[in-house]
Amino acid sequence: MAEKKWMPRWFYQLASPRWCYQITGKLLPIFAVAALILLVGGTAWALIYAPADYQQGNSFRIIYIHVPSAILAQSCYMMMAVAGAIGLIWKMKVADMVAKACAPIGASIAILALATGAIWGKPTWGAWWVWDARLTSMLILLFLYLGVIALNSAIESEQTAAQATAVLALVGLVNIPIIKYSVDWWNTLHQPATFTLTERPAMAMEMWLPLLVMVIGFYCFFAVVMMLRLRNEIIQRERRSSWVRELISG
Amino acid sequence: MNPKRKQRLIIVLFIVFGAAIAVGLVMYALNQNINLFYSPTDIVEGKAPEGTRIRAGGMVVEGSVNRDQQSLQVEFGMTDYANNVTVVYNGILPDLFREGQGIVAQGQMNSEGVFEAVEVLAKHDENYMPPEVADALERAGQMPEQIRAKEAGQQ
Repeated sequence: MAEKKWMPRWFYQLASPRWCYQITGKLLPIFAVAALILLVGGTAWALIYAPADYQQGNSFRIIYIHVPSAILAQSCYMMMAVAGAIGLIWKMKVADMVAKACAPIGASIAILALATGAIWGKPTWGAWWVWDARLTSMLILLFLYLGVIALNSAIESEQTAAQATAVLALVGLVNIPIIKYSVDWWNTLHQPATFTLTERPAMAMEMWLPLLVMVIGFYCFFAVVMMLRLRNEIIQRERRSSWVRELISG
Repeated sequence: MNPKRKQRLIIVLFIVFGAAIAVGLVMYALNQNINLFYSPTDIVEGKAPEGTRIRAGGMVVEGSVNRDQQSLQVEFGMTDYANNVTVVYNGILPDLFREGQGIVAQGQMNSEGVFEAVEVLAKHDENYMPPEVADALERAGQMPEQIRAKEAGQQ
C-alpha cells in the first residue's frame, strides 16, 4: 500500500541530495549578491548616515553587528534542531547534512555576538562581562554549539553521529526561549530587546532601518555560507553515486 | 504518517518537552539566584541577605548625587520608585552613570542601612534616539525615564 503523502512535494524533493545540490546552485548567486549589497549598504548607512545616540554617542553603533549576530545565532540553532528532528523522524540524509553544516556557522556567529557584546559592555556598563541571565544563557548557546560539533566529529558512523547530535540539539532547544525572555523574566544588566518586528521599535526610525537592513543581510550571508557547506557535505557523502562522478569528470 | 515515523515524532516531542519541563522546574527553584540584583524594595523589606555581598539595582535619584571634593567618594540615592536606598561608592563611575539612569551596584549593607558599593555598573535601557529627538522629547516631558517615573508614580 502506497504511503499517503501528507507533506508538500518540495519537502520530499529536499530529501534528494542531487535535487538539493542543483537548487542550491541556483539560489547561491542570488543570496550572495543580496548579502553583499545589504551588508555593504547597511554598514555604510549604519556607520555614516545613522545619527549618534543621545546617551552613548557613537559607541552604540556596534549594535549593527551585535544585534544581527545575536539574532542569527539563535535562528541558526533553531534551524539546526529542526533539521535534526526531521533527520530523526524521516531519516532524511539531507536534513542531517543541514544540521551538521549549521553548527560551525552558528558557533562563529555566537562568538561574534558575545565578543561585540563584551566590547560594547566595557564603555557603557563599565564591565566586559557580567553573569546575568542574558549573557550566561548566550554563553550556554555557544557551549551547545561546541558540544554538537565535538559530538558529531567524535562518532565515526555518519548516521549515529547525526542521531546523537540531533538529540543534543533538541535538548538544547530549551535554551532559545530562555535567551529571548531572560531580560523579561529576571533582573538583568542587559536591557530588553530593541529590535522587534511585532511592536513599535524602541529606536528612532533612521536608526532602526539600517539595523533591519543589517539583520536581513546577516540572514542572506548565513544562507550563502550554509549552502556552501551543505553542497560540500553533499558532494563528500555522495561521492560514490553516479551523478557526482559525472559532475566531477564533467 | 507511518507508525514508525509517528513513534519517532513522539520521541522527539518527548525530548523537547521533557527538557523544557526539567529546565523550567530548575529555574523556578533557582529563581532568586538568577536575578542579577535586588531592588531597593527587596532590601528595605529585608528580602536581600544581610552581612554578605549582594548586587542592588535601581534608578539614581534625580539631584541626589553628592561628590566629595577631596576624593573619589560619591554618595547617591537609588530608587525603584517605591523605596530608596542610599549608596556610597569610592571609585570611578562608568560614562553612562547619570541621575535618572539605571545602575547595578555590587556591595554590602552596613549597620546604618547605607549600601557600600565596591562596583557600580551603568544599566542602560532599550531606547536609542538621536540627540535632537531626545531634546524635543525632554522639552515635551516625554523621555522614557520620565514616562516610567510617571507610570510608577501612578501605581
